[in-house]
Amino acid sequence: MTTAVETATIETSTVETSTVEKTAVAELPQLLADHEAFAAGLSAHPESVAALRRAGRDRFATVGFPSKRDEEWRFTNIAPIARTEFAHSPGSLHGRGAQDLAPFLIPDTVDLVFVNGRYMPELSQPEALPEGVVAGSLADALESHPELVAEHLGRHADAEQPFVALNSAHIEDGAFVYVPKNVRLDRVLHFLFVATAGDRPTVSYPRNLIVAGESAELTLVESYAGFKGDVYLTCPVTEIVGGANSTIDHYRLGEEGLDGFHLGTLKIQLERDAEFFTHSVNHGGAIVRNDIQAYLGGEGIHCTLNGLYLSRGTQLVDHHMRVDHAVPHCNSYELFKGILEDRSRAVFNGRIMVHEDAQKTDAKQSSQHLLLSDGAIAHSNPQLEIFADDVRCTHGSTTGQLDEEALFYLRSRGIGREAASSLLTYAFAGEVLDEIRLDTVRKDLEEFLFTRLPKGDVVRQAV
Amino acid sequence: MLKIQNLHVGIDGHEILRGLDLEIAAGEVHAIMGPNGSGKSTLAQVLAGREEYEVTEGSIEYESQDLLELEPEDRAREGIFLAFQYPVEIPGVSNTYFLKAALNAIREHRGEEEMDAVEFLKLAREKMKLVEMDEKLLQRPVNHGFSGGEKKRNEIFHMAVLDPKLAVLDETDSGLDIDALRVVADGVNAMRGAKRSFLVITHYQRLLEYIRPDHVHVLLDGKIVRSGGPELAEELEERGYGALEQEFRSSPNEAAVAAVPA
Repeated sequence: MTTAVETATIETSTVETSTVEKTAVAELPQLLADHEAFAAGLSAHPESVAALRRAGRDRFATVGFPSKRDEEWRFTNIAPIARTEFAHSPGSLHGRGAQDLAPFLIPDTVDLVFVNGRYMPELSQPEALPEGVVAGSLADALESHPELVAEHLGRHADAEQPFVALNSAHIEDGAFVYVPKNVRLDRVLHFLFVATAGDRPTVSYPRNLIVAGESAELTLVESYAGFKGDVYLTCPVTEIVGGANSTIDHYRLGEEGLDGFHLGTLKIQLERDAEFFTHSVNHGGAIVRNDIQAYLGGEGIHCTLNGLYLSRGTQLVDHHMRVDHAVPHCNSYELFKGILEDRSRAVFNGRIMVHEDAQKTDAKQSSQHLLLSDGAIAHSNPQLEIFADDVRCTHGSTTGQLDEEALFYLRSRGIGREAASSLLTYAFAGEVLDEIRLDTVRKDLEEFLFTRLPKGDVVRQAV
Repeated sequence: MLKIQNLHVGIDGHEILRGLDLEIAAGEVHAIMGPNGSGKSTLAQVLAGREEYEVTEGSIEYESQDLLELEPEDRAREGIFLAFQYPVEIPGVSNTYFLKAALNAIREHRGEEEMDAVEFLKLAREKMKLVEMDEKLLQRPVNHGFSGGEKKRNEIFHMAVLDPKLAVLDETDSGLDIDALRVVADGVNAMRGAKRSFLVITHYQRLLEYIRPDHVHVLLDGKIVRSGGPELAEELEERGYGALEQEFRSSPNEAAVAAVPA
């Protein structure tokens, strides 16, 4: 198994290194300019964390911002991010108050709120949780449970990748969850990361670590939000560890402000018999890049990675997926749907690596784009690399417009053109919505679609 | 109610209807018969407002309005219903809720009050009986996973709920076994009345034994070549379309045009 992975990794890093010299060096001092002072202020943290920060700083100083010549960034031009000067501004709401954050909260969850990367107890509603469960801020956990943090922090996300490195350089705070063996957490955790900016663009680097012990069960939502008009960059890294036989239901909601940038990484590390679901939903942000990587490291794992994104204007949303089947008898399912309007763009890159030992793998991947305007563009690129011989791997990728036959059928029954289009658009998203198990998230999303789609009231009636 | 004059319709540069005339009065049932490619389905689609078809000449007057000026949804709201030859499957859209939304769009247009869920379900259940449709099909997405017969019944069910003034049935009998055909025909017959007209398009004379038309027209190469009473259907059954084609086709060129599927 290892040969294939290493080859791939080496290739990637080679490309990165080669593109750096010309494009990014000039930008580096800005994002790392205050790094020394920043790191010095965190001297109370364990040495292992300080080491992660140094390694991250060194790596990003070397590779810098990838350019479009980098294969992994071919369709995603992040020059607008690279040329912006961002400043740290942890905890500052820039004049906004709790009432402005209310729309981002989720009913029936434990809302834990971070502002520009820093945990805000006064905006959060922590609750007493079952014994042994730790759920809150990483900064607190570094003091209260350093050993739990050290066991996994930085051990799963690929430190070579530029934005994992950039995030690691700035590890300070983020979400931390630990659910011990055999514990089921009934309350849903909601980590809300709000970014704000004033006159100057801001940057934050939430660093999240979620650990489910053997046979533990939990449901959690990460959401990333901001406000139109605020220019900022959110560069989070989330590492999720699903212990043997654990069950995790995870959601990632992208509600960034329309002038905000998001360069996020989600790394999922699963052990045998783990069951993992994630839904990535995105409708915010000017440029959004999500790298989602799952490593299926033990037999009997079921891993579902779904996504739904809507874009309009000149929004760009990029999902880079990688699923590693390292051992036999694991299933992975990916279903991603994009709804594009105006001149927006979407990228879906789906890599599935089936390693030599991973016989009886069942991997399915489907990526579908619905283009609602002539100016919208979707790039879909499935990449299956299979080194085992007894596996079932399927992938499908479709990009198209609304079905004219179906539109006519609906209209011929009296449904107006706009309502008919919206109904079919909603139905397109429906397949992903239906798989969302968490009612509050699904209902919020349905409501969002009814509001967003023209004649949404007809859709609300008709589905 | 409906007056079609000298209608010429083409698609992708092929002319399919070539000077069709037809007049239907309120309460009448007209049948149009014709071989494959004669333009039957084109006529149905044009009446419902399918935009792919280009009307190059002629006019359609419906209830003193220029029908060709109306969008498909406005035609439906004005009382035109097309039962599709191939009903479209729409995964993700509920058969019931969609129909309720359609009915309410039509009611709103008529200045009637919106029907609530309870009233609607009562109406739907009543109309389902008319076509002996399984109530389970209400819960499913529109036509999704329906058998051929279920799809056709669903069309008649939609028609019964939407209560049109002019119903166009495009080969609703095709692919139905005799039992299903009887059910569908009974449903249509139950809806006949002085104010409602039907245009029944069929390839087979069999349907007309169950739905007795007032007038029968034979469509060939985009034109109505003969009109008569129900006895015309019987004559066609005996002689077949072949004899008719020989009789009416003047040039081989026209035969080639007729071979383009409508």
